Amino acid sequence: MSARQRILARIAAGLGHGAEAGANGAVDGYIERHPRGPVPRRAPDLVPRFREQAERLSSTVLEVPAPGPVPAAVAAYLAAHGLGTETVCWPDLAGLPWAASGVRAAARPARAGDMVGITGAFCAIAETGTLMLLSGEDTPATVSLLPETHVAVLPAARIVPAMEDAWDLLRAERGVPPRAVNLVSGPSRTADIEQTVTLGAHGPYRMLIVLTGEDFDDV
Amino acid sequence: MECSAGEFKHRAAQKLGDVKLQAALRRLQDKFVDGRAAALAELDGFDSLADAAAAVRERALADLDGYLLRFEREAIARGAHVHWAETGADANRIVVEIAAAHGVRTAAKSKSMVSEECGLNHALEQAGIRVTETDLGEYILQLAQEPPSHIVAPVVHKSKEEISELFHEKHHTPRKTDIAELCREAREVLRPAFLGADMGISGANFLVAETGSAVIVTNEGNGRLVTTLPRVHVVITGIEKVVPTLEDLATLLRLLPRSATGQAITNYVSLLTGAKGERDPDGPEQMHVILLDNGRSRLLGDELQSILRCIRCGACMNHCPVYQNVGGHAYGWVYPGPMGSVLTPAYQGLENALDLPHACTMCGACGAVCPVRIPLPDLLRRLRERQTERGLRPWRERLALRLWAWTAKRATLYAVGTRAAAWLLARAGGKDRLLHRLPGAAGWSAGRDMPAPPGRTFRDLYRERGRR
Repeated sequence: MSARQRILARIAAGLGHGAEAGANGAVDGYIERHPRGPVPRRAPDLVPRFREQAERLSSTVLEVPAPGPVPAAVAAYLAAHGLGTETVCWPDLAGLPWAASGVRAAARPARAGDMVGITGAFCAIAETGTLMLLSGEDTPATVSLLPETHVAVLPAARIVPAMEDAWDLLRAERGVPPRAVNLVSGPSRTADIEQTVTLGAHGPYRMLIVLTGEDFDDV
Repeated sequence: MECSAGEFKHRAAQKLGDVKLQAALRRLQDKFVDGRAAALAELDGFDSLADAAAAVRERALADLDGYLLRFEREAIARGAHVHWAETGADANRIVVEIAAAHGVRTAAKSKSMVSEECGLNHALEQAGIRVTETDLGEYILQLAQEPPSHIVAPVVHKSKEEISELFHEKHHTPRKTDIAELCREAREVLRPAFLGADMGISGANFLVAETGSAVIVTNEGNGRLVTTLPRVHVVITGIEKVVPTLEDLATLLRLLPRSATGQAITNYVSLLTGAKGERDPDGPEQMHVILLDNGRSRLLGDELQSILRCIRCGACMNHCPVYQNVGGHAYGWVYPGPMGSVLTPAYQGLENALDLPHACTMCGACGAVCPVRIPLPDLLRRLRERQTERGLRPWRERLALRLWAWTAKRATLYAVGTRAAAWLLARAGGKDRLLHRLPGAAGWSAGRDMPAPPGRTFRDLYRERGRR
């Protein structure tokens, strides 16, 4: 008997059901229904709620009317923080007019030494000020992780009330999760030393979120 | 990790006298206890959410084999390899085999208490693989060669001055005094370890049966780095960590960070599902999930089953008056505090952790704060009963209780005995009515006085009232 069989046999014996009861249909039936637990009720205005929560987590939130003005807003932020103009961005976003605003955006996964990473987001969650990033061909996971500054751009219409809504959106649009689903809530931090919160542990030190009034497809 | 829970009393006494540790433990209370209260106040109601979270965990445990098989099926369908390990040694062997098969020479780890359970780092080093802990706290402990003392804040027992000294000594850099500078130094030292590691090792806070995903909940970003950059990713976790659906995960995620650190959500929650696809520009080529039993399956159907609901938030230890005074190292194994006082005897043997179920004042705080409604005081009481049932208590205690029982069952003798004892104690109390020394309990009376009884027994008073 393999370790797998022995462990499963002990579980079945402990639970007092037969060895094959694991496949009793209750499991698949429940997963098929995937009912929600209690979801906290919040004010219906998603953008203000998202902004409030994201700012509490030390992110900067900007709103622009359309994707077109995004590069200028990002350029102003980078200049104000003395972060230069060299960036790495999701190939997804390479089509924005970066050069016109003096931002050099290399469309590729991030490498050691990249200082600013620009990504989109699959959606955002108002309840906690969280972005949901999906890994994929044109959305490399490293861009939101290795650089010291993370800039995320997404249409305000992609803000959903709660995490459950984000899972529904994921099921509806992608079916199954990609290799990595990253829920990102502000710059990385640690409180390991004397329980004192310090921003910029192993991930970004700062985060800019740019919400666009119109969807990217409308441009 | 070697279990030294048998030395609890001795260690606890040492820790009580450790001034630095006492200061560190006070800080933990300020930050985590107050932080949790504030974070939970934002929710509409802790009770309904905790009931739902407990139900999620119970559902998973009630069909654990079914949910594990579904997890396994989904994970394999997405290109992950699933391994089953009965013991910590088996898990270590599997990791070493994976490393050998893929020419792994260096590994970067994010925090995993299950890997501490197995003593994985030692096994990897024996196999010639260099392991770097990358969680800041765990990295500090690796440098200092110490075990963690808290499951969420592993280095809570060290001050920034001690850490500064340690970094100075090990990194050969100028001493830093600022916490942000210390964090920056660790980031810079560790970045090459991430970039150069052949294998990334993480735990999993949850496994999602619906999608075959491993979920890791982190703040520092090291969990993301070790699961993104190295070409092999190994997840090592307990079989009880499975939850049915993404909705169930959402319910638990509302409570885990709030209960642990007072955060509404951690900076990162990552769902990792399978290895990188053909067109993915980044991510590991191999994903392996090791499901560890190590005593867990034995608890199913047992009176202690509810401890398997535990989501490792640490709220029970943060609120425990015993943990708050002795810290985590006194408990002698991986898991300290109330949950550890149940898990250590359950996994390491009742006889190897005799003091832990007694390291409890029965104040009930742990049970009240538990986000998945584990009746911790009941479980600790049940472990005490088992010790007695199995004759594991010291002979003096057994003899004393037998004598007491013998007396208590004889009404006249009991009346005479208690009256004599009350009279004697009242005399011994003297003018200030305090007993400064108690025979047989010198440790107890070393730091406090026992109020002396006024000299009359309950029976005396009862009789007097009846007359009135």
